[in-house]
Amino acid sequence: MKDRIFRATLFLAAGLIVLLTAGIVYGLVSQSMDALTHFGPLHFITSPAWDSRSDDYGALSFIAGTLLTAVLALAFCIPFSFSASLFNGEYFRGRKIATVVGSIVDLLAGVPSIVFGLWGFYTLRPLLAGAGGQGFGILLASIVLAIMIIPYASSLSAEFIAMTPSELKEGAYSLGATRMEVVRYVSLPVAGSGILASYMLAFGRALGETMAVTMLIGNTNNLPHGLTDTGNTMASIIANQFGEAGGLKLSSLMAIGLLLFLLTATINFLSKYILKCVTLSKS
Amino acid sequence: MRHTLEVLNQDTSQPCDRSQRYNPTDRKVTTQQIVMLRPGRSQRYDPTGRNATTQQVVTLRPGKPQRYDSSRNSRRIKDRLFFYLVCCCTFLTLIPLFLILWELIQKGYRQFNLGLFTQVAPTSMEAMLARISGDALPGGILNGITGTLLILFVAILAAIPLGIWVGIYLAEKGERPLARLVRNLADLLQGIPSIVTGIIVYIWVVRPMGGYSALAGSVALAVMMLPMVIRSTEESLKMLPASLKEAGLSLGGSYASVMLRVLLPSAFSGLFTGSLIAISRVMGETAPLLVTALGAAAINWDLSRPTSSVSLLIWEFYNDPNLAPLVWSSSLLLLLIILCINLSAKSIATKWKTQ
Repeated sequence: MKDRIFRATLFLAAGLIVLLTAGIVYGLVSQSMDALTHFGPLHFITSPAWDSRSDDYGALSFIAGTLLTAVLALAFCIPFSFSASLFNGEYFRGRKIATVVGSIVDLLAGVPSIVFGLWGFYTLRPLLAGAGGQGFGILLASIVLAIMIIPYASSLSAEFIAMTPSELKEGAYSLGATRMEVVRYVSLPVAGSGILASYMLAFGRALGETMAVTMLIGNTNNLPHGLTDTGNTMASIIANQFGEAGGLKLSSLMAIGLLLFLLTATINFLSKYILKCVTLSKS
Repeated sequence: MRHTLEVLNQDTSQPCDRSQRYNPTDRKVTTQQIVMLRPGRSQRYDPTGRNATTQQVVTLRPGKPQRYDSSRNSRRIKDRLFFYLVCCCTFLTLIPLFLILWELIQKGYRQFNLGLFTQVAPTSMEAMLARISGDALPGGILNGITGTLLILFVAILAAIPLGIWVGIYLAEKGERPLARLVRNLADLLQGIPSIVTGIIVYIWVVRPMGGYSALAGSVALAVMMLPMVIRSTEESLKMLPASLKEAGLSLGGSYASVMLRVLLPSAFSGLFTGSLIAISRVMGETAPLLVTALGAAAINWDLSRPTSSVSLLIWEFYNDPNLAPLVWSSSLLLLLIILCINLSAKSIATKWKTQ
């Protein structure tokens, strides 16, 4: 009897997760329906307008801002996180210094978004402001984003690099390859898809990051025209305007939330799928 | 090198060169020419004569990079340089954490006093008066600390038991369709941006309750913690040997008591670490609280009313130039607490692994 209750509660808990997710999706869809039917989904995505007076809303400039900052952040983060993962997974694997470096990089993941925002605002922005303007913009936001996603990209890919079979590496060494050549021609091809997946996870993080970007991107509702141009991302427009929004504007914000949700979910599922393929072929 | 190839081509296709025309064994001349054109190298590598030398010329056809044929020295130098580059970049990635800490300590230590923990946040007016008279800012972030404690406590109460329960389900019934679905959904939940979690909770909790509340904030944080707790529970339960469960069952324990009294305690450190990390991750969250708990000027223990938190106060201080000095001390406090939780979680995890 007791067992049956226990199993039933387990089942219930699992069902609750399904219910929760269904509620999330249903809530987002139902709330954004107003905007999506009023403007038409395609028009909503492709329109760069965001005007409260004429009640005309579109998501294009925010989609562009989001993708631009996230892609730039990924590009900035790759050399550093890749070095860190090589450092921990190949050159100093299993040594004390690798654990120290690994934990410091992991601690970076613990720093709250808002603290990153403050640091970017007071320390990095004056450095960029020298070039003209106040320093706000896509570039500043993506530099800080890059620092924020380094731990997500590096710790997972370090594990994959460390998982490279040592017979393969020893074979390459015995043919006279140097360490760099082993990394280039053995470790990278073997760990490649795992590394790709971890960078996609980091990319998903960068897409959804809110507070730091809101503080640094300058918050203007236009299509960004260059690296130093100001703009807004999907997350930052929600954070900025949610408080005073109502009616069609609120629904438009919800629709942007739904788009953001779909975008990050797609990226996450793709990377999880790659990871699954990698781990299946390993075992 | 190109020159030697030309010589070879001339030799095989159209022997028009004067010196070659008169030589009956022109092939030998070609090899000799090649040897002469590349002094030292081919002799070192091919001590056995012309056949090997010709072969070497063939491998040197244009278009192929000289990857393995270039001198060993340059490859070694490249290898060294790459290693130094990796070390250098890794070192650079470590810098931001210390820069941030240094900045917070340098600017925040003056306000980091007892008042920070015992007084509520000052209004903009009080701060302005203090600034005009040149005093240190009055007040602290007590309302934020109590708010964070309240919101976090309720979120922990909701998320950790549920997360552990779901984690047990996943570890036990891993291959069922429902379990697979739940595992994928947990991944999905983990990927949701925090601001989206915030607006979902706004739809489902804030609107029906008729206003912003601490409870809504807790729900938002709980939704964010849930997937992390689920995954860490599942992982640490799966790492236990199957014999443990079998021994418990063979001693006549019921399924429930084996799970709760044998397996969960054995996996306790894993669960504990996972939960600590989850708590530290949501502790500094601002975006979801902004649209759920909103913030309040006074200490509030009532779940159904708007409440402040440390991160929300940082956001307020950041937006109000008069309160700016308080930003640093409150950020320092938040960061120190989070780093401490992270470090202790890590040390527990390593201790547990060595056992």
